[in-house]
Amino acid sequence: MSGPEPEPQRVRIDLAARRRVRVDRALREIEEQTRVGEVLVEGLIRAQLAVALRLSAVVAVLLGGLPLLFAAAPGLAEVEVLGMRLPWLLLGVLAYPFLFAVAWVHVRQAERNEQDLTDFVDSS
Amino acid sequence: MTGSPYALPAIALVTVATLLIGAYGVRFARTTSDFLVASRTVTPGWNASAISGEYLSAASFLGVAGLVMKYGADVLWYPVGFTAGYLAMLLFVAAPLRRSGAFTLPDFAEARLGSRRLRLICAGFVVLIGWLYLVPQLQGAGLTLGTVTGAPYWLGAVVVGVVVTANVATGGMRSITFVQAFQYWLKLTALAVPAFFLLLVWRGGGTDSLTADDVPVFPAETTVDVQVDVTVTVVEPVALVADGLVDGTAVDGPLRWQPGPHDIAKGTELTFPVGAPVPHADQLDALDNATWAIPLSTGGGHPEFPLFATYSLILATFLGTMGLPHVLVRFYTNPDGRAARRTTLLVLGLLGVFYLLPTVYGALGRLYTPQLLLTGQTDAAVLLLPGAAIGGLGGQLLGALVAAGAFAAFLSTSSGLLVSVAGVLSTDVVGRGSVRSFRRAAAVAGIVPLVLTLQVVSLDVSVVVGLAFAVAASTFCPLLVLGIWWRGLTDAGAAAGLLAGGMLSTGAVLITVLGGARGGWLGVLLAQPAALTVPVAFFVMVVVSRLTARRVPSDIGRIMVVLHAPESLGVRRP
Repeated sequence: MSGPEPEPQRVRIDLAARRRVRVDRALREIEEQTRVGEVLVEGLIRAQLAVALRLSAVVAVLLGGLPLLFAAAPGLAEVEVLGMRLPWLLLGVLAYPFLFAVAWVHVRQAERNEQDLTDFVDSS
Repeated sequence: MTGSPYALPAIALVTVATLLIGAYGVRFARTTSDFLVASRTVTPGWNASAISGEYLSAASFLGVAGLVMKYGADVLWYPVGFTAGYLAMLLFVAAPLRRSGAFTLPDFAEARLGSRRLRLICAGFVVLIGWLYLVPQLQGAGLTLGTVTGAPYWLGAVVVGVVVTANVATGGMRSITFVQAFQYWLKLTALAVPAFFLLLVWRGGGTDSLTADDVPVFPAETTVDVQVDVTVTVVEPVALVADGLVDGTAVDGPLRWQPGPHDIAKGTELTFPVGAPVPHADQLDALDNATWAIPLSTGGGHPEFPLFATYSLILATFLGTMGLPHVLVRFYTNPDGRAARRTTLLVLGLLGVFYLLPTVYGALGRLYTPQLLLTGQTDAAVLLLPGAAIGGLGGQLLGALVAAGAFAAFLSTSSGLLVSVAGVLSTDVVGRGSVRSFRRAAAVAGIVPLVLTLQVVSLDVSVVVGLAFAVAASTFCPLLVLGIWWRGLTDAGAAAGLLAGGMLSTGAVLITVLGGARGGWLGVLLAQPAALTVPVAFFVMVVVSRLTARRVPSDIGRIMVVLHAPESLGVRRP
């Protein structure tokens, strides 16, 4: 499907049918990499990178910090919680739900960033 | 080794089921596109099961438990890292990679940087990593078949090698998707059900301490068939009955070992009384359970530098996953970037559930199958535990179940690897991507690692896999991360970084595999190279790109839009 453009040889935009109404200037600007389009996507990239880096930092500190923590406080390694040694509980069990939770937050935030851009294009 | 009599039928069943599902899938595969990317019609649920099924290899199924049994708390980072790798993939790679439309890493490199030469370098590393990863799979297959039936090591490797090569060459990826998804659930069941009964037995037997101050002891009178020459270290005097060649003299009768090293020749039978402390294979420090249980005590085999070894392992596994060829191919089967993210999230859930299990086997292995510490072949712990701890018909049936699961692990991972290696070989090296050249490439891709497997000395399965992760983390991780997020990357920078990181890590891997430098700083650096080689690769890529800044693709703005703009905007993609 092509958008109802006067110059199809330059801008061919494939859209789902129900979205065809949205073929507008902002979208074409993204397509053509004009100043405005570049700024729009540049903003999205920066937002997505910020989300990824922020969550990486959370993992680096909370999970990546564990070896250093055990090196600094060897006594912690022998603490028992729920019948398990702390390192085994943290690395053998809790690390997995933790990683899943971080991933879940990322999916939500990344999708919201994309939605914000789509909404902005829709409304402009 | 004592295997279950039901194990062989169970293995045969898994193999036949794999072939049947493959044959069923073949009817859908008609064009090259069907073969390679399953026509992009795979739903996230199927896809996530398939990705997990493909990813959970011999290293996860057998190797992690084996390492935990040997080294304790420090190697818990292996499964955590294998899972966290998907988080890194999700955060930095999943959606943009899907949106790039690239099917393989060489595709991505060419689409992003427009260089044919860079494409070839990438193809080389894909094949190298794929083969490096295939060898331990076939090794695991040989070990499993040998453990459960007493068959020679080479037979299992050949069986898996041939079945997988035939399946891939005739079915391609569409059938592989169903096979892989089926195999995730099979593998999970095959570890979870016996683990449940093992824990019951352990609880019922008085919950013997896993962290007491003594070294592991034989839980019952135990006869050990020594299958390869081994030197063991004895820490406390031990009485035993030996039949064979011990310390260079033929013996047949009772013997008393004093502390120190003892040589045992292949084919010797040793019988230890109940309660005797287990002598440890020479390359293992005889750890008491208390030391085994605390972190930074062994560094996974590098007790002198546990902190460095741990962080290097973390770096390799967290960053290496995204560079594994069979993992990336799977993302193309998602319909769009959003589905790629959701699939990855599901994968993290599925892997997290699975990786709770190997630790149970590793820990209980010290109680019920401690003789593996004597031979050093702890990779067999998962296979032998049900029979040893549970016994009777129940133990035999559960033993057959884990053997079937282990075979599923080899079949699925090696299928995935083979598809990727064959895909790259057929498009970049020998052919032009036709179905016929794909088939020919699959044959070549399967035979080379098979020959390698029959040649190499037996190393721990997980350790070899860890080396493949280190190479992937030192090559494709910087290429993907910088390629996706940094406009300034150039083809020259990417090539220089790939070669620097790739050659350093590959060199380290080769020296380690061939048995050089095991001790000291050099030893740990060669066995866990990622902490050095990953930063070097990033650094070289950035610096050379800066120096060659005029080579930044002229349409970089357009490329970044393709990588990052959501599909709902309707941006046209390749």
